[in-house]
Amino acid sequence: MAWFLARRAVALVLTLWAASLVVFVVLEVLPGDPALLILGVGAREDTLAALRESMGLDQPAWARYLNWVGGLLTGHMANSLTYDVPVPALLGPRLAVSGPLALLALTLAVALALPLGVLAAARRGRATDVTVMGVSQLGVAVPNFWLGLLLVLVFAVGLRWLPSGGFPGWEAGLGPALAALILPALALALPQAAILARVTRSAVLEVLGEDYMRTARAKGLSHAEALWHHGLRNAMIPLVTIMGLQFSFLLAGTIIIETVFTLPGIGRLMFQAIGQRDLVVVRDLVVLLAATVGVVNFLVDVSYALLDPRLRHGRAGVADE
Amino acid sequence: MSEPAAGPATRPSGWRLGVGGWLGAAIALGVAMTAALSLVWTPHDPAAMTMADRLQGPSALHPLGTDHFGRDTLSRLMAGARVSIAVSLVAVGLGAGVGVPLGLLAAARRGWIDEAVMRFNDLAFAFPVLLTAVLVTALLGPGAVNAILAIALFNIPVFARVTRGAALSIWKRPFIQAARLAGRGRPRISLDHVLPNIGGTLIVQGTIQVALAILAEASLSYLGLGSRPPEVSWGRMLNEAQTFLFLSPRLALLPGLAIVVTVLGLNLLGDALRDRLDPRLRPRPGDT
Repeated sequence: MAWFLARRAVALVLTLWAASLVVFVVLEVLPGDPALLILGVGAREDTLAALRESMGLDQPAWARYLNWVGGLLTGHMANSLTYDVPVPALLGPRLAVSGPLALLALTLAVALALPLGVLAAARRGRATDVTVMGVSQLGVAVPNFWLGLLLVLVFAVGLRWLPSGGFPGWEAGLGPALAALILPALALALPQAAILARVTRSAVLEVLGEDYMRTARAKGLSHAEALWHHGLRNAMIPLVTIMGLQFSFLLAGTIIIETVFTLPGIGRLMFQAIGQRDLVVVRDLVVLLAATVGVVNFLVDVSYALLDPRLRHGRAGVADE
Repeated sequence: MSEPAAGPATRPSGWRLGVGGWLGAAIALGVAMTAALSLVWTPHDPAAMTMADRLQGPSALHPLGTDHFGRDTLSRLMAGARVSIAVSLVAVGLGAGVGVPLGLLAAARRGWIDEAVMRFNDLAFAFPVLLTAVLVTALLGPGAVNAILAIALFNIPVFARVTRGAALSIWKRPFIQAARLAGRGRPRISLDHVLPNIGGTLIVQGTIQVALAILAEASLSYLGLGSRPPEVSWGRMLNEAQTFLFLSPRLALLPGLAIVVTVLGLNLLGDALRDRLDPRLRPRPGDT
């Protein structure tokens, strides 16, 4: 168990290191001089040189790489090229939007998908199953930003229950802030819920055929009790894997959904920073997002060990394939 | 619907794809033919603006109405199908063109090459797909070609992984051992024996990847990073329609429906093909 986690931790660190290197090299070979971007094309050569020096642009590439990674690790990141404030100061208020949004979306997706998937498996082949699978097949095909537009059309334009976009800020109170996040969270969650429901159904179906389920039934548990006490825990492993993967989809999804709903979050910051060629913000955000994805997948690995005692005692080998 | 069937007894056999599969095939064919037709004929010029006819409802002249520039919506949907399909097919083809050989190589050589390919995969999966695509198109500049590159890029690791996994199980089959004993080299065996045997798996994956690519292309063009005017794309149509959501919801509904129907068709087809083709490729007793 400890060995397994240690290996995963090392793999995580190596992946992040490689990711930071890729991002740095890719942005390094791009044409464009950050100093020129800030001062404009009419700037004098000596002013440009002074700014380059103050930004550390005159140093060799390896020194700049080390400075950058060191800054990321200690939280002393460079200033944004367009906002001229340190990146963490930009991130804080936007995380307060994107974090709750992603969490709300994940919660909604799981809360919808798990019961529906289990229900479909339990009622396999009957009308409930066919309906759930049909709707989920449709859900997988719907682009989340279009779903966002549809939700706006129904709940903001038609029924006028919820705002069509924008964010009042948490200082406006929990109610208005949450109201602004519900439609975007739904737009992110529903396509993911469709995938998760399908995976839940097949995971539960697989478990239902196992010998221990028959044993549980034979010792007198009802169908539901057997499923609850023995089935779900075993079905959780593939589910947790998919949820981990979905988290990275949700993060990336905020780029487009925050644009649809004009939410001032991380995704929108990323999109704007790319548009403004604010490469300082872009490279920090990309690595931070990759790190978040990596850490979440690491936690998924840890949860395997918690869910599966065989892994905890190091008997089952964990294959890479 | 077209979920994997329970056992051999209920699995579709022969060319039977089931209702879902045929429906999916019909949709995919229909969209492809619409795209082809739009090359030679659309009811109106998709780019022709007639300000007098702006934001009109359906009529005999414009069966699906017009947009805020008075452009014919049906013509634009048809032209959009062309862009959507062309971008997705080329992108997935490129991704498979790089990913499949990488996967074959990894499975044939194992050792450090395999390790390198798999670690490259891990690295690629550390970046969320849409993030990579947005980054690539934003850095290279918006446009259909760069959208293709961005989408192709995230298809490489998918195809490498699927190919490697499927190829590894083929390498353990007796007929491969026989070919080895007959003195065939690993590259020859990969091409002559492994590739044909994993073709089904790759076609299934390809169908699903094209569906995902259509969604990705729509997302990129919605963000203004995909194909540029005068090229029409469904994503861009949705972006423009958002401004007129209150005035003319139809403009936001139609391109979205076009995307959903196309992706749904491809997914149905992919699921049915998987049911149909996979049994032969499942590990047999004796394979590990």
